[in-house]
Amino acid sequence: MTVSKEELLHIANLADLKIKDEEVDKYLNNLQDILNYTELLNSIDLKDLDETIGANDSSDVFRKDEIIDFDNKEGIMENAPEKERNMFKIPKVLN
Amino acid sequence: MDNITNLTVHELVEKLKSNELTSEEITKAYIDRINDKEKDVGAFVTLTTDDAEKKAAEIDKKRNANAQMHKEDTKANVESQANSENPVCNDELSEFAGIPIGIKDNLCTKGVKTTCSSKMLENFVSPYDATVVEKLNKEGIISLGKLNMDEFAMGSSTENSAIKITHNPWDLNRVPGGSSGGSAAAVAGDLVPWALGSDTGGSIREPAAFCGVVGLKPTYGLVSRYGLVAFASSLDQVGPITKDVKDCAMLLNIIAGHDEKDSTSYNVEKKDYTKNLEKGLTGIKIGVPKEFFGEGINIEVKEQLEKAIETYKKLGATVEETTLNVAKASLAAYYIIACAEASSNLGRFDGIRYGYRAKDYTTLKELYVNSRTEGFGNEVKRRIILGTYVLSSGYYDAYYKKAQKVRTYVKNEFNKAFSKYDVLLTPVSPSTAFKIGEKCNNPLEMYLADICTVSINIASVPAISLPCGVDSNGMPVGMQLIGNRFEEEKILNVAYKFEQEIKFRENHKPSFKNK
Repeated sequence: MTVSKEELLHIANLADLKIKDEEVDKYLNNLQDILNYTELLNSIDLKDLDETIGANDSSDVFRKDEIIDFDNKEGIMENAPEKERNMFKIPKVLN
Repeated sequence: MDNITNLTVHELVEKLKSNELTSEEITKAYIDRINDKEKDVGAFVTLTTDDAEKKAAEIDKKRNANAQMHKEDTKANVESQANSENPVCNDELSEFAGIPIGIKDNLCTKGVKTTCSSKMLENFVSPYDATVVEKLNKEGIISLGKLNMDEFAMGSSTENSAIKITHNPWDLNRVPGGSSGGSAAAVAGDLVPWALGSDTGGSIREPAAFCGVVGLKPTYGLVSRYGLVAFASSLDQVGPITKDVKDCAMLLNIIAGHDEKDSTSYNVEKKDYTKNLEKGLTGIKIGVPKEFFGEGINIEVKEQLEKAIETYKKLGATVEETTLNVAKASLAAYYIIACAEASSNLGRFDGIRYGYRAKDYTTLKELYVNSRTEGFGNEVKRRIILGTYVLSSGYYDAYYKKAQKVRTYVKNEFNKAFSKYDVLLTPVSPSTAFKIGEKCNNPLEMYLADICTVSINIASVPAISLPCGVDSNGMPVGMQLIGNRFEEEKILNVAYKFEQEIKFRENHKPSFKNK
């Protein structure tokens, strides 16, 4: 499949990334190279195969829904790029 | 003693036991070595040597106090048989207490920066320890620092680090491999006695091969991933990088085990991985898949592996050529699956709760976009975009779903191979360590460095990388031994017997030169 410039920019926007005009060709070529390489998968007969979902073939893992108090809340807040009192600060989202 | 840093961990443990060395002497020897060689190698992102010295002194104090207490208890017991209780020390130390280690910088360490070698996490200090780090702490193992890597573990040369370039101790102009390049270079250069790395598509084994050390990617689920910064969650595993196979088995003993905090970790019976190392190889069947020796594999790499095959025959193993046509399909599936999972995992880096936040923004969307665009390096962005593309509507079936089916195909092929053989033998990488800058501008060529390793992650099986010789430039050649799921014991045994036979460490040493 051939990826267009518009598609690349749309995908970048979905991923919250900005691609500069001068970078577009490089990203397009790299992406196309790798997608072309994956074409070789078409030669494998996958007709009767299920998908592998995750690495384990075990069934679901259950645990009790218990609250475990985390003992280092200060440690969490210390990493905040911007905070006010005990809250993460972000730009206004409602007008 | 001027060669402390040349000793393996099992040798250090013996010397601690016999009081020939103290933890402080060992730790100081490593700090001296770091002061001498780190400027050439550049393995560390963060050094914690001051803290390490303090901890070593504390452990020595405890060890002395315990020895004193034991002595008095024994004396008391001899004098009066009335006390039938065994002498119990409150602070019994593990045999590894006071042994230093290096930790890859994508494993969370409480109070010490965990950068993932990314501008995004340049100042991130984890509020908790990864489970494997907790296990090291419990043993009294002392961290000398955090080791360099490709940003978010994406790469095969450690050149994608946003922090620094790491050089291969065998030739400083060459890469150490990646993504655990700092870990492998530090072990090879004797800057740490052993290290932890992580492996998503070869990130432990390829750098171990490039740096002439031992690296193990455990079976998916054997080691907890809690506190490992996620790249591709269904493929990531933490594992040891060590000077020899015995050290590798010992470090695996420490880190393996089920963890409630990682629901993908298995509840398997606790094993002592050192127990079967010495076992003879008679009856062991080794399969050599011919597809792993085909086009693109360097002739000198092939030659060294052919010699290794002869060594195995001499050791009594049955070696047969076989077929396992999975390498290319795995690489193609790998880049779809790993990037898809990465695009989702790296969504959390939004500049809100931790990590880099851009200076310029007005709206929330701008905050996200600018922080991520400025905080991530090129390779990371490239993979997020590829991952977002293969998951996007219209392409999901053609890429992601197909890759997940290929995964089943690869698993089945491995199952077939393991119904006939105990262990599979392949190269680790098509070449020895390449020059710094050589593959930087061609991502696909860089990805091909993983052609021999990714299928192992795709199939969730374990594999060990160990040196089997050197090429004409004196660069180490790696051999990969692959086992069936949870058969680490077998591959460690097969690796150990080989290592004892060829004695790589005795015959070859890193040069620390620019060749």
